[in-house]
Amino acid sequence: MDFDLSEEQELLQETVRQFLQNECGPVRVREIFDGETGFDPDVWRGLAEMGLAGIYVPDEYGGAGLELLDLALVAEVLGAGAAPGPFLGHALGALAILLGGSDAQKKEWLPKLACGEALASVAFAEPGGAWQPSEWTLAGAAVLNGTKTSVPGGGIADVVVIGTAGGGLSLVERAASGVGVKPIAGVDRTRRIDELVLDGAACDPLPEGVAAAPRVRDAGLVLLAADAHGGAARLIELAVDYAMTREQFGVTIGHFQALKHQLSNMVTVVEPTRYLYWYAAHAFDHVPEDAGRAAAVAKAHLSDQYMQVARDTVEAHGGIGFTWECDVQIYFKRAMFDRAFLGTPAVHRERAAALAGW
Amino acid sequence: MDLHYSEEYEAFRREVREFLAAGWPLVGEEAALPLEEQASRFRARAIEAGYLARNIPRQYGGSEQPPDAFRATIIREEFRAARAPGDVAGIGPSMLVPTLLEKAQEWQKEKFVGPTMRGEIVWCQGYSEPGSGSDLASVQTRAEIVGDEWVINGQKIWTSGAQRADYIFCLCRTEPEAPKHAGISYLLVDMKQPGIDVRPLKQMTGGAGFNEVFFTDARTPVDWIVGKRGEGWIVSRTTLKHERNSIGNAAGGVQLLAGVVRLAQRTKRNGRPAIEDPEVRQRLGVIEGFVKAHEYAGYYQLTCAGKGKEPGRISTMNKLNATEIGQMVAKLALDLIEEEGLLEPRAWQRQAGAPDGNTSWVAQYMGSLGSAIAGGTANIQRNIIGERALGLPRDAAAQKS
Repeated sequence: MDFDLSEEQELLQETVRQFLQNECGPVRVREIFDGETGFDPDVWRGLAEMGLAGIYVPDEYGGAGLELLDLALVAEVLGAGAAPGPFLGHALGALAILLGGSDAQKKEWLPKLACGEALASVAFAEPGGAWQPSEWTLAGAAVLNGTKTSVPGGGIADVVVIGTAGGGLSLVERAASGVGVKPIAGVDRTRRIDELVLDGAACDPLPEGVAAAPRVRDAGLVLLAADAHGGAARLIELAVDYAMTREQFGVTIGHFQALKHQLSNMVTVVEPTRYLYWYAAHAFDHVPEDAGRAAAVAKAHLSDQYMQVARDTVEAHGGIGFTWECDVQIYFKRAMFDRAFLGTPAVHRERAAALAGW
Repeated sequence: MDLHYSEEYEAFRREVREFLAAGWPLVGEEAALPLEEQASRFRARAIEAGYLARNIPRQYGGSEQPPDAFRATIIREEFRAARAPGDVAGIGPSMLVPTLLEKAQEWQKEKFVGPTMRGEIVWCQGYSEPGSGSDLASVQTRAEIVGDEWVINGQKIWTSGAQRADYIFCLCRTEPEAPKHAGISYLLVDMKQPGIDVRPLKQMTGGAGFNEVFFTDARTPVDWIVGKRGEGWIVSRTTLKHERNSIGNAAGGVQLLAGVVRLAQRTKRNGRPAIEDPEVRQRLGVIEGFVKAHEYAGYYQLTCAGKGKEPGRISTMNKLNATEIGQMVAKLALDLIEEEGLLEPRAWQRQAGAPDGNTSWVAQYMGSLGSAIAGGTANIQRNIIGERALGLPRDAAAQKS
């Protein structure tokens, strides 16, 4: 019985933390947040050089061959730093090709994706909130026609894994003819999303796509949960820092029980969630019978609580918390992303209930 | 990360199972003995085998096993599954005994530890007073030495189990001139004496689990003090360390959730099982998020206990999380039982000879509030979390005292 991180895993988190501190601290995050594309190629290259573009990709394809827990641990740190960029979509795109692709597809794409030379993403959502594989309607065999929405980094990805009718997956190269990309005015400016309009776009179906799609979705739920934990824990630090410095009535406001209790409630909810996402990530690779349910529960709970903590943190900051200038809003919007992406908490609670036989 | 027990522990689990298969329930002539006698005989054998009273030295009647959180957990799980008597429950074994082992004189340990662990003597705790709840160090119950005895006057309140207790361990003010925290002593007192009057307090549930205890020239020998005069506050804090080691409370939340799921399966909403109602499913899902997070936080703390590693700030939050889960379950259960929420809690229904239906949930609805108060109110927990986990300043009022 060892429900704890290894030294290597702790070191992995610390390394990423250091990297963000040096290369993508709050000032840089703010610039990217306010910038045109929400993407900094230098930061992404730095992460890729650390091997973070291919954490889950096996060694034979040039990746680190680690587990979803390792991927999630990185997602937590990126969430804590509100790190902008294509990590989520890229990780899921590579995972989809690994789990659903033919040998040829894997050989063609994974080495490039693992080293960060090429960028991947996934296009799951269809207009109307259809995120789940069973809900996909986009049809086609040799070419695809239709619209996918909320594609993370759709404008910068080299290859996008498209969810298709029947719950399958198919590869589309963004530069191919018949692929139109329309930026969406998304709330989270650290993780930009695009609409993909496919009009006779050439595609390359993944032979094991139907089996892989729910697994990729589950991995996405875990990564969002991990991001939510990182972000929520960081917000609590920001709220506590503010409570320890802001003075009213001649004392720091952290002296006042009303605020102290609000902050205590926040941390009491968030602290145990670290272990909820650890378990879901661990289950993905080691407890197959519980993996889908664990991912659904983790995403529902964590994205809900992240949102609530973000609201509370704005409140704890008073007027300054409501400004564009205050970093809290960046996390608030990441919480909105984590909550809605791949389906709302209610959707996944219903799924978890059904999976439990309730 | 590995959620399996190593082969060494799985072998230990098999050993415990074999012991239980052979040893419980008792058979032959022993099966005809009164249940308490059966439990006591079984416990003696389980201690002999090293399964119970594990952290108690042999000389005081324990089995003196090296600390091992995994073995302790396996034993608890297997004993529970076999419905075999585990370590005697209650405030004596859980709070007093660890304090005695750390702070008491040799003769006190010899006299009290063994019988307490075997359930032969029962204790109650005399801490709270009418004017001293969250501000416990303000206790006013006085004790003075007259001849070779302490003479005690004052009142304790919320004293669970005082009706049945043989002894009370209590905080008394013995040095009235000393500063608040330095004027308290930790005394052991025989409950069966004319100077002690126990009056049950009727609770909102209708039960009477706790009491007022009045001391009017109550007496106890001068050497029935644990630690020195004026050290009672420090002695009483010893217990907190041990309390933090109790990490098994996540099982309570898991069981509550399973219970309310079963309730939703057998009650109806709009003519269909309530479990099919979307709102009920969502509320169960919300509760499950909290329950699972609390459960896995327990896995982590168990791992830490096994490694001898400090689990960090999560340990300050266990009680508040367990309380919140209990309250969420209570609210959902009350909605599920609908008009049965008009009825008295189960114990009363039984007394009245009525079928008790779902009225145990009425009791849980009220009882869940009790756990937000007992052993430090939820708001005091929030102070502790704010100060110890987040490093926020103590509030002004507490700093002055």
